[in-house]
Amino acid sequence: MAVLRVKFTRTRRDKLAQVLWVLNWVSVVMGIILFSLGLFLKVEINKRRDLMADRELHIVPHMLIAVGLIACGINFLGGKICYDCADTTKFLRWKLLMLPYIICTFFFTLCVLVGALMCYGMRGDLEESLALGLRDAMLYYKDTDTPGRCFLKRTVDLLQIEFQCCGNEGHRDWFQIQWISSRYLDMSSREVLDRIRSNVEGKYLIDGVPFSCCNVNSPRPCIQQQITNNSAHFNYDYPTEELNLWKRGCRQALLDYYIHIMHSIGLTVLLIWLFELSVLTGVRYLQTSLENVLRQGDPESESDGWLLENSFVETARSNFNIIKNLGKCNQIDTTNNGDPNIDRPCTAH
Amino acid sequence: MSLLKIKFSFQRRVRLAQGLWLLSWAAVFSGATTFGLGVFLKTELHRRAEVMHTMDIHMVPNLLMAVGLASVGINICAGRICQDSMDATRFARWKSYMIPFFCLALFFTTLMLVAMILSYALQPSLEESLKVGLKNGIRFYKDTDTPGRCFQKETIDRLQIEFKCCGNTNFKDWFEVQWINNRYLDFTSQEVKDRVRSNVDGRYLVDGVPFSCCNPSSPRPCIQYHLLDNAAHHNYEYQTEELNLYNRGCREALVTYYMGIMNTIGPGVMSVFLLQMTVLASLRYLQTSMEAVEGQENVEVDTEGYILEKGVKETVKELKEKLLKLVQFGQVDAAAEGQGAEDGASAEKAATPESK
Repeated sequence: MAVLRVKFTRTRRDKLAQVLWVLNWVSVVMGIILFSLGLFLKVEINKRRDLMADRELHIVPHMLIAVGLIACGINFLGGKICYDCADTTKFLRWKLLMLPYIICTFFFTLCVLVGALMCYGMRGDLEESLALGLRDAMLYYKDTDTPGRCFLKRTVDLLQIEFQCCGNEGHRDWFQIQWISSRYLDMSSREVLDRIRSNVEGKYLIDGVPFSCCNVNSPRPCIQQQITNNSAHFNYDYPTEELNLWKRGCRQALLDYYIHIMHSIGLTVLLIWLFELSVLTGVRYLQTSLENVLRQGDPESESDGWLLENSFVETARSNFNIIKNLGKCNQIDTTNNGDPNIDRPCTAH
Repeated sequence: MSLLKIKFSFQRRVRLAQGLWLLSWAAVFSGATTFGLGVFLKTELHRRAEVMHTMDIHMVPNLLMAVGLASVGINICAGRICQDSMDATRFARWKSYMIPFFCLALFFTTLMLVAMILSYALQPSLEESLKVGLKNGIRFYKDTDTPGRCFQKETIDRLQIEFKCCGNTNFKDWFEVQWINNRYLDFTSQEVKDRVRSNVDGRYLVDGVPFSCCNPSSPRPCIQYHLLDNAAHHNYEYQTEELNLYNRGCREALVTYYMGIMNTIGPGVMSVFLLQMTVLASLRYLQTSMEAVEGQENVEVDTEGYILEKGVKETVKELKEKLLKLVQFGQVDAAAEGQGAEDGASAEKAATPESK
């Protein structure tokens, strides 16, 4: 009982081969697209690697790049095979290779699917990486004289300006860290000493934020210092003031940005997977119909094509038996002391 | 003495027509590119229209767009003429249109050169327009409650952040303008009252700048206020401090940006100009060599092609005479009639005394 049997005349077989040849070349282009999507994602993650803690984020773009390259190769070979399949004599060349090729391509399409699902599943890792990375970047904001961290101030400032965000979750994150370096603090001043002594770790904490948190759309000049002190500024009410600083946290802003990219890439990869699967189905039908033609002997006759010769269960069982017997191929049968001639009747008279 | 005469065999004519056909399609493409470049430049200028006072500089992209479109049309015609030139009967159709066509094509091609020259010549005008526009922008920065000016603060802030610049010429421009609105000033405070009284116009002037002037590359948190007061900040000296604010003025930044775009477009337009001139010259040769074939029985005869039938001076003289004739056409007619009547009368007079 074959799975999805379809009858193929000579002309239908030829047309199938031609169409598959074209589709395989289209798939090569899709492979190039996959490759470039992986490259784009890698570049985007690299651009902000200063703000991300070390996590296994590079697996997804590397997977996409590898899958893209393999897709190019597989579909190039597939195109060659389909081109030759229009002629039954040339098909003989590829006959032995086709079944392994189809099995390999099937596993490859599984990889493409896994790649697409990984794009959607990266969110958790990404969120964690961004939270830790941003927290560290803000901690080292003031260390512009420490080699290895001197660029973090510029990175965080440009990030807050470009993504229109402030702090990790919100602007209050800046109140909990010392973001002004000690070399710009007048340690002889009463006010500075009071602030430093007022907290356990001796940090200079203020209710102020860096200039990059300022909202461009605010109608009044930016209030950066003494944000929570209403009396420090004329006509200012901290709880109701909304336009002064950026409201969004940078973690949320970056996460939204990357999720948007990943969802678009994931959708594209899913579509490519569906396309590859349909091409694979076509190649399988072509292979089985050509093999049946050869079995029947007449190249002009009709033949059947199918996905599997027997039903799923029987195919699985027979494959399982093959795999079991593979292991036994070199073992000698020890039940008869290794002598295969025991219990055989003599034929000589 | 023809100008730049070249002999054309039949084979050479055919090859000229084929080459010209290809060249004209390349020129169509480059005409479209010129149009695209014009559109790009216009959108870039339009984006910053709020800080520009006059629109003189828009002449350059407008010219480029017009020339691009005209070039596409001219080159499609040239391709058509090429295709018809292989058939003498079809080619005869174009005969009367050729001279006007060449004049029009030359006119538009010179406009390309004019556009390039203008892009350099209008630079002072651009600078002046930006100077006035930025001055107004800085002046109206505080008027976020006045309709018609409420967007100036956002425009100037975004401009300073994007182009990494501060003020018109430099950051000191902000010291001469009141950029903090009165509704955020506490007029009961002594400090505010002193500042307002200390200048003639009653403006609240500070030695401070808006936050958008801050340079993210600075190692220390941005110092926006009391910029000229070394004692107000620890370890600060304004004379030597370079990284705190952006040093460039926005006028210089914008002019550099736009001149950069125009300098990139310039060589492109120049090469399109050269391509177009090549197409026109080849078309002229094709036309003149085909005209010599006309009326002859053997189509494959050798002919000569030229740019001008006579030399430059003679052609100019002929053109002048033609123009004069056109202008004097009416006057000569009237004078000739009067002269003819007089002649007739004097002939009669001479005749009658003789007969007597």
